[in-house]
Amino acid sequence: MAKVFASIGEWVNERAPGLMPVYRKHMTEYYAPKNFNLWYYFGSLALLVLVNQIVTGIFLTMNYNPSAAGAFDSVQYIMRDVEWGWLIRYMHTTGASLFFVVVFLHMFRGIMYGSFKKPRELVWLLGMLIFLVLMAEAFMGYVLPWGNMSFWGAKVIVSLFGTIPVIGGHLVEWIMGDFLPADATLNRFFALHVIALPIVLLLLVVLHLAALHEVGSNNPDGVDVKHGPKGNRWSPSAPVDGIPFHPYYTVKDLVGVGVFLLVAAFIIFFAPTFGGWFLEHDNSIPANNLLTPAQIKPVWYFTAFYAIVRMIPSAFGTAVWGVLGMFGSIALLFALPWIDAGPVKSIRYRGTGYKVALTVFVIAFLCLMTIGMDLTAEYFPKIFGAGIDITLWENVFGRFMTLTYFGFFVFLWLYTHLGWEKTKPVPERVTMHD
Amino acid sequence: MKRILPAVALTLGLLFGAQPAARAEGENLMPANVNVQDQASLQRGAHLFFNYCVGCHSLKYVRYSRMADDLGLTEQQVMQNLNFTGAKFDDPVVAHMPAEDAAKWFGKAPPDLSLETSAKGADWVYTYLNTFYLDPKSPIGWNNTTLQNAAMPFPLWELQGQQTAVMKPGTSEVEKLELAHPGKLTPAQYQQASRDLVNFLEYVSEPAALQRHHYGVWVLLFLALFSLLAYFLKKEYWRDVH
Repeated sequence: MAKVFASIGEWVNERAPGLMPVYRKHMTEYYAPKNFNLWYYFGSLALLVLVNQIVTGIFLTMNYNPSAAGAFDSVQYIMRDVEWGWLIRYMHTTGASLFFVVVFLHMFRGIMYGSFKKPRELVWLLGMLIFLVLMAEAFMGYVLPWGNMSFWGAKVIVSLFGTIPVIGGHLVEWIMGDFLPADATLNRFFALHVIALPIVLLLLVVLHLAALHEVGSNNPDGVDVKHGPKGNRWSPSAPVDGIPFHPYYTVKDLVGVGVFLLVAAFIIFFAPTFGGWFLEHDNSIPANNLLTPAQIKPVWYFTAFYAIVRMIPSAFGTAVWGVLGMFGSIALLFALPWIDAGPVKSIRYRGTGYKVALTVFVIAFLCLMTIGMDLTAEYFPKIFGAGIDITLWENVFGRFMTLTYFGFFVFLWLYTHLGWEKTKPVPERVTMHD
Repeated sequence: MKRILPAVALTLGLLFGAQPAARAEGENLMPANVNVQDQASLQRGAHLFFNYCVGCHSLKYVRYSRMADDLGLTEQQVMQNLNFTGAKFDDPVVAHMPAEDAAKWFGKAPPDLSLETSAKGADWVYTYLNTFYLDPKSPIGWNNTTLQNAAMPFPLWELQGQQTAVMKPGTSEVEKLELAHPGKLTPAQYQQASRDLVNFLEYVSEPAALQRHHYGVWVLLFLALFSLLAYFLKKEYWRDVH
């Protein structure tokens, strides 16, 4: 058997001698720092979820009917009459939420260990583009089941573009292809969700990895192993603290895959709606433009950004500021490599001010999520008494957290550009070596 | 690691501690405590549904044949006892009453109940079935504290009996409901009967739940074993990395 494989390998190699070097460059001779910790699982997990979304998505399209008249019924058909259809759909819906869980953690890792800093700015920018396309992909996918929350969510999100002065109204009509989310909207969102955006997403992922492998991976110490001492067991010119990605990190990531799948399977088999957070109750009612849900709110992963829209008031006769604020909150993340000029990458050796600021930033983000999820409207009266003015206190709380979110970037710019940061000495080599 | 734990705990707390408010619409819901694994309860619930509900409410996504499989009933049992419309065994469950007539008689057509508990929650439906009361001011003679001015008369009245409302003094707010005329069932028996009915609707809203629970344990066990083996494999490979 081994002989057969070897001869097939030889046969291919003779005809495509360029393949093996590519494999070696990205797998067996890609030297990654040996001190990756828990946070470094989420990149490979994001790739796993992407594959899951594509494979389950293909099977869903086989039975899904992208029309306003048939979409809702076809989803129930998948859930009840298609063999294993329920499993495929739950893998897809759970995958969508877990995609954002791993991507948020992956991004936080990058911020925490300074992986966005020189020379990895391009890796970060491509990653941010992936995040942006992923949000569009998730939004359009959410509309496809054509439940009542799909409908109203689409209406609210698309109408955000309506706040743009002068062209807003026409833009909304142009996006929806109708005056309300309708058959035309569903058809184009389906096309974008299953063809256009996945292709863009795959291309960006390839570029993200290519850009990463060009400069090499960062690590929890923020030490560039490429510029450290050379020579390891595999090659005299490879970094001394680097180990081949394959097999070392492939087997390590396999452990992460196992644990991640345990969590995912638990949700898929025992809590697929996740208490209404992954699949919302109002989406069990077919789309109905005469029946407004009691609360219209986006799925959990958009809630922080949605809260920013809601918290920024209209001014000068237009509500566009909230939308600008939302896009601004993402644009600032794009600009992070230039906002943060600190010379030290990893949080381990950065100034106390940075550690405090990052903690506060995470808290602000989580608090904005609670507002977007409408939890504040529900819990404020329970905590502070039924008599309080919910809108007022939600606005006070939400605007403070919005300012904190943006304040993080202002602080970071001042802190690093004006030289206020007092860093600790960075070690010569990664801290894990004998 | 220590630094992230509070954040993780907070997020998990938010996710598990808080339910989206949409499901809890209407205050003070009674716990339905449904269990779709309880096949006897599902059978009793189906019996109630096909005797009291299907006249007006359809289950358009449910086929008789699938229901028979899942509830452990034979084709003959289902066709003789639960199918009164002459539908075929593989047909979905339609209501006896034509929707146009229903809309004329009740102001709106009674909704399909295939996804009722996913949309409203089992607790809501259970509470709703326990909070009907006689209301002379209502055109249909019935009202409900869970869904004010519901257009639905109370079909289970002969089982539960007739409740009347005790108002808060000087208001039109209901303080509590009292059983004015007992029905065929005792209050405890009626609670069990309405629980069975809600349990059946919970099954109907997601028949796949039975399969989920059946396979879920084995999938988790397999993945636990897989993770363990992957861990040992990793340990073996990483022995020489220091």
